[in-house]
Amino acid sequence: MSPESFGRLTDPPASFTVVGARVIDPAGGTDEIRDLAVLDGLIARAPDPVAERIDGRGLVLAPGLCDLHAHVREPGGETAETVASAARAAAHGGFTTICAMPNTEPAMDSASAIANGSSAEGACRVRVIGAATIGRAGTEPADLAGMAAAGAVAFSDDGASISDVPTARRVMERLAHLGRPLVEHAEDAELAGDGVMREGRVALRLGLAGWPAEAEVRVVERDLAIAQETGAPLHLTHLSTAAGLAAVQSARSRGVAVTCDVTPHHLAMTDAWVAGSRRFAWEEPNGLPERAYDGSCRVNPPLATREDALALLAGVADGSVDAIATDHAPHPAERKLVPFGEAAPGLIGLETALSLGLAAVESEKLDLATLVAALSTRPAAIIGETRSLQIGAAADLVLFDPDARWRVEPGALASTSSNTPLLGMELPGVVRLTVAGGRVTYRS
Amino acid sequence: MTVAVGIGAWSRRHLLDVEGLSRDEIERILDLAVEMRVARAERRHRSLLEAEVVGLAFYEASTRTRVSFELAAKALGATTVDLSVAGSSVSKGESLVDTLRTLERTGVTTLVLRHGSSGAAHLAARTTGLRVVNAGDGIHAHPSQALLDALTLREALGTLEGIRLVIVGDVVQSRVARSNIHCLLALGARVRVAGPPAWVAGFEEWPGIEVATTLVEALDGADAVMALRAQTERGTVLPPELAEWRLDTERMRLADPGALVLHPGPTNEGVELTAELANGPRSLIGRQVENGVPVRMAVLALVAGAA
Repeated sequence: MSPESFGRLTDPPASFTVVGARVIDPAGGTDEIRDLAVLDGLIARAPDPVAERIDGRGLVLAPGLCDLHAHVREPGGETAETVASAARAAAHGGFTTICAMPNTEPAMDSASAIANGSSAEGACRVRVIGAATIGRAGTEPADLAGMAAAGAVAFSDDGASISDVPTARRVMERLAHLGRPLVEHAEDAELAGDGVMREGRVALRLGLAGWPAEAEVRVVERDLAIAQETGAPLHLTHLSTAAGLAAVQSARSRGVAVTCDVTPHHLAMTDAWVAGSRRFAWEEPNGLPERAYDGSCRVNPPLATREDALALLAGVADGSVDAIATDHAPHPAERKLVPFGEAAPGLIGLETALSLGLAAVESEKLDLATLVAALSTRPAAIIGETRSLQIGAAADLVLFDPDARWRVEPGALASTSSNTPLLGMELPGVVRLTVAGGRVTYRS
Repeated sequence: MTVAVGIGAWSRRHLLDVEGLSRDEIERILDLAVEMRVARAERRHRSLLEAEVVGLAFYEASTRTRVSFELAAKALGATTVDLSVAGSSVSKGESLVDTLRTLERTGVTTLVLRHGSSGAAHLAARTTGLRVVNAGDGIHAHPSQALLDALTLREALGTLEGIRLVIVGDVVQSRVARSNIHCLLALGARVRVAGPPAWVAGFEEWPGIEVATTLVEALDGADAVMALRAQTERGTVLPPELAEWRLDTERMRLADPGALVLHPGPTNEGVELTAELANGPRSLIGRQVENGVPVRMAVLALVAGAA
């Protein structure tokens, strides 16, 4: 992608007026066709007569998107992604904040690592989720208070659960005091075993080791119990099972402070994709045997069954899923050009999350305002950010064409990596403008 | 020169799986194999594949499959290259894709690949310009084995339409079983899989087949029984009830009189079946091995577009 498309958070504040867009402002509870003026980076009452007027007809203007779960790979994995390239990918996808997971090399488990990993200089705010335990080893809680003071928005040993129950409890006791959430990757390593895709008919047919739903559900239930006892805010990330979501709903009804997210790929893709299908969860799978065993479909937790994907999508629609988070996981090509079971797990998501959500909206599985909230205001609230399109607020917004199509190709991606099974597919949703903190960070 | 068998052009450049092959396509391979058996005996078609270089890349041990692919390629005049894994760059840590791309650049046109990971042949087909014949990938597929099993059964029984075939053993870990299920169902057979619960787990959801959990139920009405090899090399722990599932002459009385016995080999005599049964009059095991070369001649000729 052209470097000229991107701005930086350190650029001068912008002034412009978007005319005639569908402005969706979940915080204000409004969804209407109107103009929106930005003056010196702030949302203004009246347009600056000399500022640029942007034709917003047919476009949607929404609060800037917020991703609770991204792997930025810096330090240690710069051949796959850097803070700068992830920020550009985020801006291209309409995000104005991303939360970087700490499973870097070395892990971000100290106040200095949080300070070094956070960035407000590139094309997107990069905030850091601190490691919950020292070295993500799962044995000793890390300096959670120190990291919180240095700006860690949450804590996680993502890539794995905190498998040791006493350690998980000690972490959550401290987080109850700090008021920051534990972002938990719920996976029982023993039950997951050597599973490389979701257990079920497709795995059986393909001869690939199965990962049972129970591997997620067991840890979800354990964490909900600890959250109830400790009062710690718990955020379950990348839920991939209907049973896991049901456990969250049940705990919520008991008063447990729990939030959760689902990735775009667990909503839109299914285990049939491993067998070569490239039809969304709400469509009938197709058979493309030449695309079977594509390492780009290897992800953890694995792509869900169709029943689970549809249940999770219903959860987004009814609000029981708080947020859509990408689990953007870039990998160099050679880590994916191997037999399926040996492929590094994960796929990129920052630049396709909005598009997959819009595909669900087109199929009438989701309404647009709910999608916008699940990608912007609701995740932002979980890390204590606000998103508002009210007069006087800092302009933090995305303007996109929900109907325009684009083809997912390496050259159309700002990420350093292109590991996604969506390559070659045409998706709805083209971002025209991203504005973070009053600065234009992406414009097409 | 081409061999005129069947009608219409063969359109597939690869044989990755039996799944997805139509009944007509399977029968065309079997018919061509019959023709190839005669041709081989009469030393005909000896230059059919003279332009081809067949690379044999076996990342797992094999006798029957590797030897019969090599003889099949040579019988049709192809040059063969044996990638001996232990003595190649593979032992220096070269990735599968890099190794296969190297083979392609050196002039190999058709790859016969055996690999321990399910989907390895699909990866080879997607990342190289080679024609790929899957000679066994992980626990997923072993299409040429299923095709030679089908030929063996067709010649013994006349047809597969309506026959009852039972696959007994570690079905979960068996690529032979999976390919046979696809092949036999496509040819109209009734398929039952049977074994201790851990060896057939999940197969109750496989469309179109039955699962039996006792030997009496398994063998009831069977026209042919395929015993699978206990895959001790894949780390499978032999379940204690295995002895209850060992096939012998006495237990075969539970099947149809005259029911046939197959085994993909190599057999663990005394484990999944007795030597007496394996070497007895009902055994088709020798015929299976004999059919290996002609079936693989047919496969190599078809993917090369020469038949």
